[in-house]
Amino acid sequence: MENSLTQYIELYREQRQAIEAAAPAALNALRGKALGVLETARLPRKGREDYEATDLNAIFAPDYGVNVNRVNLARNFTPAFTCDLPNLGTTPIYVVGDTIVVPDNRPDDGAIVATFAQARQLCPDVLNRYYGAVARLDDAATALNTLLAQDGLLVYVPRGVKARPLQLINLFNAGAPTMAVRRVLIVAEEQARLQLLACDHTPNTTQRYLSSQVVEIVAGKGATIDYYDMEESTPLTSRVASFYLTQEADSNVLVDAITLDCGTTRNDFYLDVAGERAESHLLGMAIAGAGQHIDNHTFIDHRAPRCTSREMFKYILADNAIGAFAGKILVRPGCPGTDAYQGNRNLVTSDTARMYTKPQLEIYTDDVKCAHGSTIGQLDEDALFYMRSRGISFDTARTLLMQAFMADVIDGVRIDSLKDRLHHLVERRLAGEAATCDNCPIHR
Amino acid sequence: MLEIKDLHATIEGKEILRGINLTVNAGEVHAIMGPNGSGKSTLSAVLTGHPAYTVTQGTVTLDGRDLLALSPEDRAHEGLFLSFQYPVEIPGVSMVNFMRAALNEKRKYHGQEPLNAAQFLKLMREKRAIVELDNKLASRAVNEGFSGGEKKRNEIFQMAMLEPRLSILDETDSGLDIDALRVVASGVNKLKSQENATIVITHYQRLLDYIKPDLVHVLYKGRIVRTGGPELALELEEKGYDWIKEEFEG
Repeated sequence: MENSLTQYIELYREQRQAIEAAAPAALNALRGKALGVLETARLPRKGREDYEATDLNAIFAPDYGVNVNRVNLARNFTPAFTCDLPNLGTTPIYVVGDTIVVPDNRPDDGAIVATFAQARQLCPDVLNRYYGAVARLDDAATALNTLLAQDGLLVYVPRGVKARPLQLINLFNAGAPTMAVRRVLIVAEEQARLQLLACDHTPNTTQRYLSSQVVEIVAGKGATIDYYDMEESTPLTSRVASFYLTQEADSNVLVDAITLDCGTTRNDFYLDVAGERAESHLLGMAIAGAGQHIDNHTFIDHRAPRCTSREMFKYILADNAIGAFAGKILVRPGCPGTDAYQGNRNLVTSDTARMYTKPQLEIYTDDVKCAHGSTIGQLDEDALFYMRSRGISFDTARTLLMQAFMADVIDGVRIDSLKDRLHHLVERRLAGEAATCDNCPIHR
Repeated sequence: MLEIKDLHATIEGKEILRGINLTVNAGEVHAIMGPNGSGKSTLSAVLTGHPAYTVTQGTVTLDGRDLLALSPEDRAHEGLFLSFQYPVEIPGVSMVNFMRAALNEKRKYHGQEPLNAAQFLKLMREKRAIVELDNKLASRAVNEGFSGGEKKRNEIFQMAMLEPRLSILDETDSGLDIDALRVVASGVNKLKSQENATIVITHYQRLLDYIKPDLVHVLYKGRIVRTGGPELALELEEKGYDWIKEEFEG
C-alpha cells in the first residue's frame, strides 16, 4: 500500500493559503515542523512495535474530504436540547465534523471555554504558550493533525477556579466521506478543577468518517481534572485519537476512555507525570463485537518522586472483534516512592475474536512499588451454572457476569450521575441494544 | 414428586451413576449418605443439569415432567433447588440483582408479573430473617468474601426466596460450626411443608440430628445399596461404611 500521508501533504501544499488564512497564528507556527516530520515519517503499519493489530496507514488511506474552506458543518444542526445527564454541564459544546459550536450562554464560572479562533481575543497567551507544547510532534498521526488543524477547543481554568462540568459532543453527519481534524487544549492552573465528558457519536450511519483527534492537557500544581472520553459510533467510523497529559506537583488527573461502539479505533495516551506527588488514573473500557476494532496504547512516564499511577483497561470482545492493548510504565532514575499499577483484563466470548495485549514496566529507581497484570479469559463457567441453577437464563446470566466484569472500571468514574448512566449504557450494550442514552435526541 | 429410574451418568466418559432408583414424595425428607466418591454430588449435579455430566440411561421426572429434557434454569422454575456444597463467589453481581433476576424469571415462567422494587425488598427482608442473614451480606456481591457459614446460610436464604418443590442440600453441614449448623438446620425446618420435599446429602449423621429424615439411603459406587429409617444413619455413624462395602463387594 502507498504512503497514505502523501495525499495529505499534497493537500497541504495546494491549500496552504486557505488552511492558514482561517487559523490562529499559534497553529500556523507549528505547520512547518509538522510537515518536516511527515516528509520523512511513515504512519505505522500493522505489526510494528505497539501496532501489533492496527494498520494506521490503512486507516488514513481512503480519500476523505477535509473541510479546508471552513464550511460551517453545524449550519443545519440545531442543538436545541440539553443533555439529560443530571448535574453535568447544561450547556454542551458541539463539534460537528470539526466545526465547533460553543454556546454563548455558558454561566460565568471564571473559566474560559472558547474556540481557538475566539481565544485569539480572549486569552492569546494561553494558546500561544501551550498549543502543541504537550503533544509529541514526532508522532506521525499527531503531526498530521497539527499540519491540518485550523481550529479547536480551548478550556482555560485559571488558578483556583472550579469550572462547571463541561460536555463536548463530537458528531459526524456530513453527506460525504469526511475526515475531521479535531483538537482540544485544556490548561488548568494551580488548584484549578475541571470535569469534562466528551462523547463521540455518528448519527449518520451510512457514510465513512475519520476522526483525527489530539487532546492536550496541562494540569498545574494541585489541579484536579477528570477527562471522560466515550465513543459510541458506527462500524464505518474510524478514529485515531492521541491524548497528551502533563502533570505538575500534587495534581490529580483521571483519564477514562470508554469505547461502547466503534468501527476502527486507535487511542494513544501519553501521561507525563512530571511533578512530585502527582496522582494519575488511567481507566479504559472497551466492548466490541462484529467488525469492530479497538486498540489502546498507553505510556505513563514517571519522572518525579512519590507519584502514584493507577491504570486499568478492560475489554469484552465478541464475534470477530479485535482488541489490542499495549501499555508501558516507565519509572525514570530519581523517582523514589513511585507507586504504579497497570492492569489489562479481557473477556473473549467467541472463538473468532482476537485480543492482543502487551504490558510493560521499565524501572530505573530502587524503592518503588510497581506491578502489572494481564489476563485473557472467558466467562466463569461455575458462576454461569450457579446462576442458571437459580433460574436465571443463560443469556441474562452472561449479561450479569459481563456487567460485573466491567463494574470496577465504571466505579472508577468520579461523577455519580455519569457512573449510574454508564452502568445503564453498558447493560444495554451487553444486552445487544444501542448504547445510547434514553432521551438523547441525537439518535432520534 | 420425584421419580428417578435406573439413572446412569458419566463425566468425561467415566460412569459415576450406575442405575439409581429413588422415589421422593411430597412432605418427605430423604437422606443420602455414602463414602467419598460414591456419586452423591454427581447425583445432585445431574439432577440440576450441570453441563459436564452426560446421562446415558434412565429417566427422572418431577411432578410427572421429564426433568432431563429441561435446561438448568427451567428445572429451577419447575421447583428444583440445589444448595451447593461449594457456593460460587460472583464478584460484581450484587445479591439483590442476582435474587431479583432469579425470582422474576421464575415468575415470568409461570405467567406472573415481576415484583416491584418495594415488594421485592420486603420479601428479601422476610426471608433473610429465617436464616438470620445480615442485611450487610444481602447488599454485597454474591458470596464474595462470605465465611463458610455465611455462604451456607445464603444458600438457605435463596431457597427461602425461591420456595422450591424439591430441595437438595449437598453437604450443607460441611465447614459449619455447631451454631451455624443449628441456624441453617432450623431454616430448613421452617421451610419444610407437606407440599415440598428435601434430599439431604451428607457424610455424617450429625446434620440428621437437626433435620430428621424419613428415609436414609446409602449410595455406593453409583447405586443405592441400602435404604432404611433414621436408625440406618446411626448405624453408619457407629460402624462406618466398611461393612457396607464388604457386604456389597462380598
